[in-house]
Amino acid sequence: MNSALLTVDNLGKSFRGLRAVNQVGFEVPRGDIVALIGPNGAGKTTTFNLIAGALPPSDGRVILDGHDITGLGQAAICRAGIGRTFQIVKPFAGLSVEENVMVGALRHDNGDVDKARKAANDILHLLELGDKATHPAQTLTLPDRKRLEVARALATRPKLLLLDEVMAGLRPVECDRMVAILTGLNKETGLTILLIEHVMRAVMALSDHVVVLHHGEKIAEGTPAQVTSHPKVLECYLGEDHE
Amino acid sequence: MSLLHDRRAQLLLGLLALMALVPLAAGDYLLSILITVLIQAYLGMSWNVMMGFAGQFSLGHALYVGLGAYAGGALFVHYGTPPWIGAIAGMAVSVLAGTVIGTLGFRFKVMGVYFALLTIAFAEFTRVLFDHWGWVGASSGLFLPPAANASADNLWLLRGSATMFYYVALGMTVAAFWFSRALLMRRIGYYWQAIREDQDAADALGIDVFRTKMIAVLISAAMTSLGGVFLAFFNNNLYPESIFSMHRSIELILGTIIGGIGTLFGPILGAVVLTALGEGLTILGAHIGIDGVKQIAYGICLMLILILKPGGLWPWLRSRLGLAGGTR
Amino acid sequence: MDATFFMNVISAGLLTGLVYGLMALGLSVIFGVMRVVNFAHGDMMVVAMYAAFLLYTKLGISPVPALPLVAGLLFVMGYLLQRLLINRFLGATEHIQFLLLLSLAIIITNIVLMVFGPDARNIQLDASFESYSLGPLILDKVRVIAAFTAGGVAMLLWAFFRYTTTGTAIRACADNPVGARVVGLDVEKLYAVTFGIGAACVGAAGCLLLLLVDVHPHLSSDYTLLGFIIVILGGLGSLGGALLGGILVGLSEALSGVLISPSLKSMFSFGLLILVLLLRPQGILGKKP
Repeated sequence: MNSALLTVDNLGKSFRGLRAVNQVGFEVPRGDIVALIGPNGAGKTTTFNLIAGALPPSDGRVILDGHDITGLGQAAICRAGIGRTFQIVKPFAGLSVEENVMVGALRHDNGDVDKARKAANDILHLLELGDKATHPAQTLTLPDRKRLEVARALATRPKLLLLDEVMAGLRPVECDRMVAILTGLNKETGLTILLIEHVMRAVMALSDHVVVLHHGEKIAEGTPAQVTSHPKVLECYLGEDHE
Repeated sequence: MSLLHDRRAQLLLGLLALMALVPLAAGDYLLSILITVLIQAYLGMSWNVMMGFAGQFSLGHALYVGLGAYAGGALFVHYGTPPWIGAIAGMAVSVLAGTVIGTLGFRFKVMGVYFALLTIAFAEFTRVLFDHWGWVGASSGLFLPPAANASADNLWLLRGSATMFYYVALGMTVAAFWFSRALLMRRIGYYWQAIREDQDAADALGIDVFRTKMIAVLISAAMTSLGGVFLAFFNNNLYPESIFSMHRSIELILGTIIGGIGTLFGPILGAVVLTALGEGLTILGAHIGIDGVKQIAYGICLMLILILKPGGLWPWLRSRLGLAGGTR
Repeated sequence: MDATFFMNVISAGLLTGLVYGLMALGLSVIFGVMRVVNFAHGDMMVVAMYAAFLLYTKLGISPVPALPLVAGLLFVMGYLLQRLLINRFLGATEHIQFLLLLSLAIIITNIVLMVFGPDARNIQLDASFESYSLGPLILDKVRVIAAFTAGGVAMLLWAFFRYTTTGTAIRACADNPVGARVVGLDVEKLYAVTFGIGAACVGAAGCLLLLLVDVHPHLSSDYTLLGFIIVILGGLGSLGGALLGGILVGLSEALSGVLISPSLKSMFSFGLLILVLLLRPQGILGKKP
């Protein structure tokens, strides 16, 4: 298990006494795709924000590639190698699609703008946004905005990519395309991915490993097949009467 | 794409050539108006770096104008220091002031309108301070001695004719334009715009938001204070009441908002339009002969531009002219 | 400078501060509900002061009885401004809103300048020369009247927001405009009423301040800034905060005026503003966002 890229250890977060995340621990092995699932209000996005540094954890530790990144700010954690998307997309509305992605890429190659532009276009092609590179980001449709989020996070060249509900609002065909793109990325570049997802068919198709949260606590983990037959998981998704 | 880009460059060069030739034909009145336009464009571009590019709303830029003006002016009056040396002192003081305001504002998370009010407060605070500082003449003002030999232009001491001031202002404006363009095309320019559009998303992409915003404040403060030095030597008198006033801060940003905030050419277009409007209305007002009509019409025109072209005149004009420019 | 002298200065500052507070209340209400920073606030104040001046000099109505008239006039002005102009800029960015209200301010101030000229005007009531003695304290009669009236108007406003249906509806709009629309409130109309109320506060404050100071058109930007300082001090959107902020500014002006130099008094206000912005940006009585 030493090969884990990300280790989340005993992570917790309280908001004014309210326990949103409690003693959550799991590992994301290098090169794997791990899904974080659970009903609404299970603490998935909070867990994400704790890992990505958008919120400081109340307790517990986050280890990335052997380095303790607990309590670092968002920017520092990105520089340490975690790229994230936002559940509510945050495009740089006034900039073009290409420029959005360039902003992510500019940290590399000493801020060389031409190289960043080239890198941005490569990523945009990968995410099938290449023909919209010069469009203002505010003109994109929601599915395209979701792809732009992924493209921008990828441009930072992360070791670990955090995807917060990138399938939500996508039609089944678009969803399948996104699954294909992410699987391709994972296979070809060995990119490790941790994702929050509600769309179960995407979870099933993508993930090697699934972690289930409920009321801020981890209630199960395992392969997709294992967790879907796990009694506690069935209970929290389908109600207590299910037997 | 490159053809359109060329057309843009051709237009700019043509305009520049025309501007360079103006003093050959223009009288003193036109020249003084053009100097006003140029210096307003210059100051507008300086403010644009902070607000237009990086999205940080300053309503107290008169502070940097005043600090530059007083540093250049007072050193010249007391020690005969050449303005270009005094400018270095002015920029240093402005950068220091910018560091204080930026650090306090950004570290304490004072944002938006609140940040704007903080900048006003610092400018007003400094105004009252200068009102009581004897070394710089306090509220009775500081006066720069006129040149011993009025007919000779001395560029090093910035004493001379309107034509000389015109070329200095033109040079500063061209330099500011070129500098703004260079900034916008580099990494820092992209980072600023990212922060302007969504600070949280910029942060998540690994950008050091505090440092990036500070750089915008400091560059903007230094540029603005150089404009202040020019004003001191052009007007030859300085009063805290006017140089640090909120009216000056407002005047300074009007052209840029009207012209198109965040654009490269907007501050220049805005300065031209507002000065033309002001001069036109003055002439008109003199014919009507009622006090205040000019200002009322000015206010109405501002409002109309705002209602009709809230994004500014340049983005609209640019698309009418068929010029490329993408989002800028 | 003995203790009695200071007591007198302090009480005068306190009483004037209440009138300032009433003016700032208008700003606070408008910002609290619509998130619009009224950069034309001081200009409305000057309009109100001149209206009270006219009513006194032409019709002989002294400022306190004229208060409902002037407040009513300003209400209509605010209502119409919101309906016809400001409403379409509610979603606009800060600098656009700023410029809109600034151009409005330029227009208002210059109309006033055109009508009344640049000279300072004041009114002399019989009461202007009378005073109350309270032990060693000597209080100007007009200052006491102005302060108590200001306090009364503020209480009325508080009761309006607390107990009337319209007041409750406005608070709902402030909390959640979308939700207010969903439950069928006429948000545009309520916004207009709010702007009207904000302006009416200024109208009332203008009447009362005319009892204490001279009016001239160029006071407008000073009053706008003063209003900002007060609401930031007290906490934007907090009624009690605006009054408290007004009193603090009144006190600091009065004290720095006698202790240091009258011309330095605004520096203290701005210094206070900077401190509060940094240490407690939500204001003294404001709630954390």
